[in-house]
Amino acid sequence: MLKIFVSKDNLPRLVDRLMADNQVLGPVREGEAYRFRALKEARDLDLNFQNTRLSPKDLMHPQTDPLFAYSLRKDDPEAGILKELPRQTAQRVVLGIRPCDAKAFQLVDVNFVTDTYRDPWWEARRNATVLVGLGCTQPCSTCFCTAVGTGPFDSSALDVLMTEVEGGYLLAAVTEKGEALLQDAPEAQSATGEMAEAAEKIALEAAKKVAKPFVIDPLKDKPQTELFGAEFWEEVQFACINCGTCTYLCPTCWCFDIQDEVQGDRGVRLRLWDACMFPLFTLHGSGHNPRSQKLQRVRQRFMHKFKYYVDKYGDGPACVGCGRCVQYCPVNIDIRRVVAMMSASCVCPT
Amino acid sequence: MKNPYLPYPVRIQEIITETEDRNLKTFKLVFLNPKDEEAFSYIPGQFAELSVAGQGEVPIGIASSPTEKGFIMFTVNRVGKVTTHLHNMKPGDVMGVRGPLGNWYPWEEMKGKNVVIIGGGFAFTTLRSSIVWMLDPAHRGDYGDITVVYGARNPGMLLYKDELVAWEKRDDITMHLTVDGTDDPDWKYNVGFVPAITQEKAPSSENAYAIVCGPPIMIKFTLPVLADLGFPPERIITSLEMRMKCGIGMCGRCNIGTEYVCKDGPVFTMEKLGRLPNEY
Amino acid sequence: MHAYTEKIRDAARRLLAEKKVDGVIGFRRGTLPLMNEPVFVRHVDHVDQLIWDGNCGINLANYLTKRKDRVAVVAKGCDSRNIVVHIQENQITRDQLHILGVPCQGMLDRKGILRALNGREPLEVEETDSQVRVSGEGFQEVFARREVLQDNCKICIHRNPVIYDELLGEMVEEPTDVDRYEDVRRLESLSVEERWNHFEELIASCIRCYACRNACPQCYCPTCFVDESRPQWVGKSLDPTDTRTFHLLRAYHMAGRCTDCGACERACPMNIKVRQFTKKLEKDAKELFDYEVGIVLEERPPLDTYRPDDPQDFIK
Repeated sequence: MLKIFVSKDNLPRLVDRLMADNQVLGPVREGEAYRFRALKEARDLDLNFQNTRLSPKDLMHPQTDPLFAYSLRKDDPEAGILKELPRQTAQRVVLGIRPCDAKAFQLVDVNFVTDTYRDPWWEARRNATVLVGLGCTQPCSTCFCTAVGTGPFDSSALDVLMTEVEGGYLLAAVTEKGEALLQDAPEAQSATGEMAEAAEKIALEAAKKVAKPFVIDPLKDKPQTELFGAEFWEEVQFACINCGTCTYLCPTCWCFDIQDEVQGDRGVRLRLWDACMFPLFTLHGSGHNPRSQKLQRVRQRFMHKFKYYVDKYGDGPACVGCGRCVQYCPVNIDIRRVVAMMSASCVCPT
Repeated sequence: MKNPYLPYPVRIQEIITETEDRNLKTFKLVFLNPKDEEAFSYIPGQFAELSVAGQGEVPIGIASSPTEKGFIMFTVNRVGKVTTHLHNMKPGDVMGVRGPLGNWYPWEEMKGKNVVIIGGGFAFTTLRSSIVWMLDPAHRGDYGDITVVYGARNPGMLLYKDELVAWEKRDDITMHLTVDGTDDPDWKYNVGFVPAITQEKAPSSENAYAIVCGPPIMIKFTLPVLADLGFPPERIITSLEMRMKCGIGMCGRCNIGTEYVCKDGPVFTMEKLGRLPNEY
Repeated sequence: MHAYTEKIRDAARRLLAEKKVDGVIGFRRGTLPLMNEPVFVRHVDHVDQLIWDGNCGINLANYLTKRKDRVAVVAKGCDSRNIVVHIQENQITRDQLHILGVPCQGMLDRKGILRALNGREPLEVEETDSQVRVSGEGFQEVFARREVLQDNCKICIHRNPVIYDELLGEMVEEPTDVDRYEDVRRLESLSVEERWNHFEELIASCIRCYACRNACPQCYCPTCFVDESRPQWVGKSLDPTDTRTFHLLRAYHMAGRCTDCGACERACPMNIKVRQFTKKLEKDAKELFDYEVGIVLEERPPLDTYRPDDPQDFIK
């Protein structure tokens, strides 16, 4: 597949050209953190980041997503009938997404696009987006991507993989979509074999830097009821305050709520992020709540990612090792430690 | 593929107050577009999301049978925001229905078998659908004996009373109606809790399946009775309720372990539930 | 202050061995530099998990509400004040608690240190009474301890526990020359419009994860008003009206109850300065009622008592 080299000086020109035909999104520095935003100009793009604080999942699954609109006007013959709101059709290029975050989209695909049902909003956004990933040369100490089956240069969920090499970036097409994006780039030159070799070496070095805090293989073979009943959940759950930080920052946490909001005689049906940490998530109308206890909610999140998902789809786990939940959990519940306990089925020494 | 979140517009044709406490009403709904009725092709045991613009959606088992044409029917308990609003709606009002959703009772597998239906309280909705469906001349020959145990707190709390009386008179279905208690001198059926009446009537487990729907406490005490009668867990079937939003296995809240009640259920065998975490 | 670690362990060991308590709530070493994790130790064998250092900023009073058992809890000044409020508000009884008082020298501001490191990742942190030495790949930075304390700790005047069963160290000197409300006065001096804009900007990045609410010991309502569905007071989207309503109403629920422990700010993943909402109310409680929250167990909070001489200038 096509490989091109773009010097650092020429990158803004390439971005400018892409912006002529696409909406281009990339990491933008906002105060002390980075976030994926639509670029207003090429220089907004700031690739000098480790990772964004919020994952880019909102590019496919916005925190607030209006699905339908309707009228409630008494004299409107269409009153009460839901009308679909327009879906994403404009082509988008996401520049500089980390391979782990892109992998997350792929893991979530199996939830939103199935044989029986396809989520039209997720699918439209996925189809309209080209993912240009930036290989990760400086993994954080909290990263564990290689332990969950991806890696700092995993291109399997990308259309193009970018590697920072001397003087610029090597862009390697991974898919047809990626190849089309890289064709006829006057800002670029074709990559030399040496560059490709250098990029490979960088990728290998980066993978070596990533910690492997656990092995997940034993998890597959344990019955879900056994892990569910394990004693260590009592210990794991104590500190948890049941906030939504881990789920909202997580690139693979997809759970959502659907709510109607009305202003005057117009209403919308919204899709909103939700979190298994919140008691309301599972509260029945009768008042019964199958996950009324904090322990049950905490267990659900880890079990979903590392057991239920794995068993259900024969893939996964539903975690890409980005480490956001580790860094931002206000009470230091560390998923690496929890999964180590799950795979060993014991309370490991701290 | 159709947008699975988009409800079919329907008009409320009729609202029937089912129970003396007026907390249960049956809604007969008619599709605004005849094409939608065709698309809404369902099997007894399935449910749908009833959608009220401005209020939200609520998952409700389908109480009508596919053999009943021209309408679909839901019996709704008033518990929360959407159901309370529904109870205040009038015939002629427009709302939405999204579905059919979920799996159904194993009709293929049960062919040639006897079917024991055990229901309690307002969980009789998809059981009504099942009975009407099995009693239809097109299907009656596919199943052996049909035995029904159905109970409620008192006579005024039974659903579909006219139909219960009509079934009682038929000879191709055995009805055991019961109430927890009553001071009604005209009550000529059983008095006692559903598990006790099941034990008393002792439907044979031979070549039989049991479908059990009711409040958790009823299910809890009925299961050992069925086990004593010789029903293996693979042939005891139940339908579960959960808080749901999407109804299509995507929003993530209704899981029991690996299974989404909305998509992989709501119908489960006890054998299957036994392999899942006890969290429902 | 690291000397506390041994004292906490000794006390925990003794209390558990003598079956005086069902467990001990304290901190164990975190998996990240500058983070510790609240832990519930039930067995003598596990008391060596307990530690104390400058990363114990989480308010442990948050783990006490609606408990049925008898527990020991490690409490610095602010935790102890929140314990007082819990007892006043009937969230736990005094005799369920064995309070291990820890005079505090202020907790480290993890986010501030990370900000100062500007993207460089801390891997090792060494802390002394006066310095914090942070090192990572290819760098080492030394901060004066007082410069990298949490904002609320920098202006704290109740470092010593106000209530305890045993005190695990010498009382520290309480600062007397602190201007607690400099920031509030600055906001008060702004025009209404400027103030509005200030708060709008402050919460612009809020993701409604409720970490602030859930980290707060005082936010213990069984169902928070934002989660009520009948009626639904607040929408669940990121509409600024809803986000604003959440923060403003939460702040009002804190009036006369907030100890300025900083748990909310510490928890916020978006680094929102949540205390700016509550500080003004704290200042008002002080100025209008001469009331400081959670200092005297027997003193009823001003908002649940009536006195004929209560100020009432606001009734126009």
